[in-house]
Amino acid sequence: MSAQGWDTGRPEPGAEPEPGAVLRMRGVSRVHGRGAAEVHALRTVDLAVQPGEFVAVMGPSGSGKSTLLTLAGGLDSASSGQVVVEGTDLGALSRKALAAVRRRSIGYVFQDFNLIPALTAAENVSLPRELDGLSGRRARAEALAALAEIGIGELADRFPDEMSGGQQQRVAIARALIGDRRLVLADEPTGALDSATGESVLAVLRNRCDAGAAAVMVTHEARHAGWADRVVFLRDGRLVDETAPLAAESLLSGAAAGSDPSSEGTS
Amino acid sequence: MSIRHGLLALLEQGPRYGYQLRTEFEARTGATWPLNVGQVYTTLGRLERDGLVRPDGEDGEGHVFYAITEPGREELRAWFVSPVRRDNPPRDELAIKLAMAVTVAGVDVAAVIQRQRVHTVRALQDYTRLKARALAATEAPFTEAPLAADGGGPDRGPDRDSQDLAWLLVLDQLIFQAEAEVRWLDHCETRLVRHAARLAARPARPEPAAAAPAAPAAAEQAAQVTPRGSRKR
Repeated sequence: MSAQGWDTGRPEPGAEPEPGAVLRMRGVSRVHGRGAAEVHALRTVDLAVQPGEFVAVMGPSGSGKSTLLTLAGGLDSASSGQVVVEGTDLGALSRKALAAVRRRSIGYVFQDFNLIPALTAAENVSLPRELDGLSGRRARAEALAALAEIGIGELADRFPDEMSGGQQQRVAIARALIGDRRLVLADEPTGALDSATGESVLAVLRNRCDAGAAAVMVTHEARHAGWADRVVFLRDGRLVDETAPLAAESLLSGAAAGSDPSSEGTS
Repeated sequence: MSIRHGLLALLEQGPRYGYQLRTEFEARTGATWPLNVGQVYTTLGRLERDGLVRPDGEDGEGHVFYAITEPGREELRAWFVSPVRRDNPPRDELAIKLAMAVTVAGVDVAAVIQRQRVHTVRALQDYTRLKARALAATEAPFTEAPLAADGGGPDRGPDRDSQDLAWLLVLDQLIFQAEAEVRWLDHCETRLVRHAARLAARPARPEPAAAAPAAPAAAEQAAQVTPRGSRKR
């Protein structure tokens, strides 16, 4: 159940035209202001995220991390280039159509959880589905299933202020992935949590990706980026580098002796 | 790394033979620091010479058992109560490399840093993957013990749990160290940028004799100004 995506390896990113990419950014730039005051927040960024892939974006502050995320989520529009989510070019959509894609295909997870305080966990999670036109009962059933899937079914009827930060963030992840949504955009999702709680939230995100979701997470902490399949580095608005796919064999060769019986028999 | 004390700690739990010690050491540290059986026997030899362990008979298969002695226990206790000393830090190749890189002409230090950063972050991904597996294994309901054959000694239940915990702690340490390295690299980069900016801001060719006293003089002025300012408040 856990970490399987890591074990099996996925199709090599960039090897094929990848028709199945959940998110594809092509030559995306974002310029704020004009003339002398022109600021290039993002410069011709290319990025494709496959189903099941967890991508972390690292870079110093001001490198364009948040801009990348807001463009990927259709919260802002590119000055040039294309942002395609589940095959739909966001730039070609009307306002209304864009809002629908945002609601149906994209989930957000923020540092400060952003749950609606007057709604229970289940209501928070089912809200996007009700907005999609689902009946309250079906939306609730889906929400309960989503909460159970990430191991917090028992919190369904709690209000945000009755939950710990880690629990709230899990609810936010459930909300981000309810329905057919497969793309999670996370902005420093563990920023407000202590290190052990943050870790368990990242493990949930990891599991959701192993189950087929795609995630893009902005973080300035390398330890959190460690949960990703691929880490890309932004600098002055450009993608300057990325980590190679992990090999099946760990760097600590013969490591995980605790769970690898084969290390017993050697020598 | 103190194999000596590691072996004493294992022997504290009861007599063991060499191969068993190696297996148990690696079960706790996940083979992060692989031990070969030769090292184990060499170390046992020294421990015996120092009176910290003694031979404790053989089993039917010819395994020579060793047991900890009272002085051995004392040595072990002393190890646990004293901190691991930081006054002789092990040589760090990366620190040495960067220290050299900034002094050797023609080295692109920023590129050295970036290459290392990508490598270390990838190592972090690797360690984190191991950790996710270890966590999944510890949280999974009791399955068949993955430690096969003559794995972990007679009392497997709680022993197994503490071995898993030990391995998780070692992985966490690798992860936090790698993270610290990345943060240090970020910091180095910032420092380099500042340094370059300071060099650029300097007058074109400062006369060494004239430029040198200027700075202390300014510092003195600053030092005089600050106390006066703070007295007013």
